[in-house]
Amino acid sequence: MPILGADMTAGTLVAWRKQPGDRVNRGDIIAEVETEKGLIDVEVFASGVLERIVVTPGATVPTGTVLAIIRDDGAGAAPSPAPPPAVAPVLAPPSPARPSPAAPSPIRPLVPPSPPLSGAPPGSRQRVSPLARKAAERLGVDLASVAATGPGGVVRLEDVERAAAKPPAAARPRLDPSRMRQTIAAAMARAKREIPHYYLAHTIDMHRALAWLAAENARRPVTERLLPNVILLKAVALAVREVPELNGVWRGDRVEPAAGVHLGVAISLRGGGLVAPAIHDADRLALGELMRALRDLVQRARTGGLRSSELSDPTITVTSLGEQGVETVFGIVYPPQVAIVGFGRIAERPWVVDGAVVARPLVSAALSADHRVSDGHRGGLFLVAVERLLQAPERL
Amino acid sequence: MTADGVRATVLSVLGEIAPEADLGGVRGDVPLRDQLDLDSMDLLNFVVGLHAALGVDIPERDYGRLVTLDACVAYLAERKAP
Repeated sequence: MPILGADMTAGTLVAWRKQPGDRVNRGDIIAEVETEKGLIDVEVFASGVLERIVVTPGATVPTGTVLAIIRDDGAGAAPSPAPPPAVAPVLAPPSPARPSPAAPSPIRPLVPPSPPLSGAPPGSRQRVSPLARKAAERLGVDLASVAATGPGGVVRLEDVERAAAKPPAAARPRLDPSRMRQTIAAAMARAKREIPHYYLAHTIDMHRALAWLAAENARRPVTERLLPNVILLKAVALAVREVPELNGVWRGDRVEPAAGVHLGVAISLRGGGLVAPAIHDADRLALGELMRALRDLVQRARTGGLRSSELSDPTITVTSLGEQGVETVFGIVYPPQVAIVGFGRIAERPWVVDGAVVARPLVSAALSADHRVSDGHRGGLFLVAVERLLQAPERL
Repeated sequence: MTADGVRATVLSVLGEIAPEADLGGVRGDVPLRDQLDLDSMDLLNFVVGLHAALGVDIPERDYGRLVTLDACVAYLAERKAP
């Protein structure tokens, strides 16, 4: 069960998309998992043959739990080293290496996984007393939906009877706003406790960028028009290459600069809630590609279908509150990242050019960063780089 | 297409962007952005949707004419007039 957010401790396996015997390639979607961020498509980070499914649909297991065994089908591959489900689960300590091919979890655990939820050995089903199991069959109760009250989290007969007496639950909503709010609360509280933030803001003249954008959009078909936000995202992705310590992951006592720029984009969800999935290698995408990626990401964030790598891989996040009309936004760094960039609304304001006051479209770019990793001087260089890049939009 | 037809199409496109909204309650004279909590991505998708549904290519300089439902309908009817 991958960690799809710094504060995630468990997830529910909803469905398998592959069956034992199927060949899987790196990047394939292998399963759907439900978390507080909604229904997520889990990608496989190793290629091979799916040998055995360990966790069945409906089971909620802690992060780090082995979900399935993938056999490396390279020449003469040895059997997978992963243990059978009865043995202790994979609760590996943080490791800089890529996970072994046996575990489809693409992320090394960044926080110590919490103890098993129900007392059952992770990787196995919930523990159910024989009486309860028979009653569940007889009464047509889905055991995955029964709250266990027995010692060690065992599902007892009365638990099943109680579940049977309830009217059938409405289809489980994909997103529970209050649970998402709790998740966000936990992550933000932790960020404020652990990360010594410093804050910088810089005002940027956007008239060149907007003039270029208007001309560009006039010649593009409607389906390929660019939003101003895309220009801002690209500028951030390129600028962070100049100050790479802002683009990385905190590893307990130091930052590990990331190999690529995977820009987390804060997306507000209709009905409340927030998610910040990554656009991978945003610095290498042309503006049109970046726009398409952003549009697709927003669509999937709001309707379901985000991928596990999009949730686990952001190396720096951008948040834009421009729509709501506020001037500046100082975000909270989302651990284990070490920086977040906020943009306010692009609005006509007074500016001075050659000694005279003129009206220009201005935007406030703000950096909130982890002071264990960078100092204001470096953070300042980053914002100045963003400004410089936005004065030459044709080169973005 | 009649003005009512245009209005129905506009509401249908909005329904895809804001699926949880009560479209029957949308007021014609209040900015759509405020009633339906639309951001710039939503507005772009709205323009794309209108283009797909009505065959009208709305240039960026005309986006300001789509502020309310009534204004949208008037603008689109004008663009579709023979």
